[in-house]
Amino acid sequence: MRIFGIKLPNMTSLILWGLLWELLGQMEVSFFLPPLTSIFSTLLEIYHTKAFIRALVETAQAFLGGITSAVVIGIPVGIFMGKNRFIDELLLPWVNMFMSAPLTALVPVLMVLFGFGLKSIIITTTLFAIWIIILNTRAGVMQINRSLVDMANSFGASPTEAFFKIYFWAALPEIISGIRIGFIRAVKGVIIGQLLISIVGFGSLFELYSSRFLMSHFWAVILVLFALAFTLSELLAMLAKRFDYYASKRG
Amino acid sequence: MNSNQNAVSVKGIYKNYGDVEALRDMTLDFPKGQLTSLLGPSGCGKTTLLKIIAGLLPATKGEVYVNDQLVTTPGPDRAFVFQDFALMPWASVIRNVAFGLELRNVNKSEREDIAKKYINQVGLGGFENSFPHELSGGMRQRVGLARALSVDSPVLLMDEPFSAVDEQTRRKFQEDLLDLVKNENKTFIFVTHSIEEAVYVSDQIAILLPRPSRVSEIIRPSGFRNKDADSIRKDSEYLDTVEGIWKSLRSYVE
Repeated sequence: MRIFGIKLPNMTSLILWGLLWELLGQMEVSFFLPPLTSIFSTLLEIYHTKAFIRALVETAQAFLGGITSAVVIGIPVGIFMGKNRFIDELLLPWVNMFMSAPLTALVPVLMVLFGFGLKSIIITTTLFAIWIIILNTRAGVMQINRSLVDMANSFGASPTEAFFKIYFWAALPEIISGIRIGFIRAVKGVIIGQLLISIVGFGSLFELYSSRFLMSHFWAVILVLFALAFTLSELLAMLAKRFDYYASKRG
Repeated sequence: MNSNQNAVSVKGIYKNYGDVEALRDMTLDFPKGQLTSLLGPSGCGKTTLLKIIAGLLPATKGEVYVNDQLVTTPGPDRAFVFQDFALMPWASVIRNVAFGLELRNVNKSEREDIAKKYINQVGLGGFENSFPHELSGGMRQRVGLARALSVDSPVLLMDEPFSAVDEQTRRKFQEDLLDLVKNENKTFIFVTHSIEEAVYVSDQIAILLPRPSRVSEIIRPSGFRNKDADSIRKDSEYLDTVEGIWKSLRSYVE
């Protein structure tokens, strides 16, 4: 950001909005908006409590479970769809539908099918993350340079070798950016799961704090979640940058 | 010429894409240890024919024989050099060069020794651990060539290998190719759209004409083949051959 031709450091806009928040909070515009400083001091109070740590662990478990299955299932499915016209025509309408469907509406069905525990939350998280991973992987495979495939075939690569040595690597930049968006959607999925299926993890904290109008507690948990999601997404963005030279090499 | 002097023979090849007839009744022999060019205007099916010989495309009808064996799929008897290099951008030069051996399950130290030898031979010594995006176009094609050489196939298939490099590099490549044909006892099948290039490097030139694709003429320039690289381009037979081919192709160029 530049103001009057002076280049400001990267986080300046964040600081400006933070100041505005603090100001509105101090003016007591709404009970809903406590000052940022009191949110941070609440955060310092609660982050080492048993309830908070348990919430963090439960959320991390569900998140990791969900994102792992989304990645492990999503990438191969995406590669197969990109490689095989028949599989693609079979699955693409469904993937597109789930991609844009309001998945929250499906959560009650999952509860009936898989019970009220961690399993259902993990499946919800997977459902939020997997479609974009599939679509991105598919797009990555479809733009693969034909002559790389010819090259592998001309040296006698088996389909399995072509899969692991060519298709996966050629689609890697798209796969990583798919995983990145998938991570952000999985954060949504895990919280919705925790709120709707069983009140555990950060979901239970949200429920507890908002029902008792503990607004600075509520915001503290939200900030933690935002920070976690943001950090994960930035880490993946850095990883994606390492593969940037791919893009310039292709086409 | 009896058949065992031919490394590759194609007999009655047809290739149709739907209703479009890309190749019709193509019959051609490629003598052992020589370089044969497939020359013709764009759309004459020369790359299609090369890919059918490579086993990368199925022919609609007809047969390809490599050393008298009928082939329909790729095999260790043929190696391919690609117009756009077809290097893996995520792999170092040495892994790219050794990739053909990797797919043949040669163990790592052995295949890297072989790869190093060919990297040096194509003049890329010292670039073993560079990545393709760090190399110029000419250097990338040297990697592609080293990869094809390292599997030591008796037949080398080259699909317009020098068309994506600059003119100076191209001339150097053509001279190097002459040495390669002389020193490696291999059969080369070389696709090009450049008349000068074909006449300069070839023992035999098959001129293909389009719509439908057919062999119109086979030329075997002989007088200047043993001259050194520099004098070929000034040789009168070379110049006459180039001129002659241009006259016969002229009417097919839009």
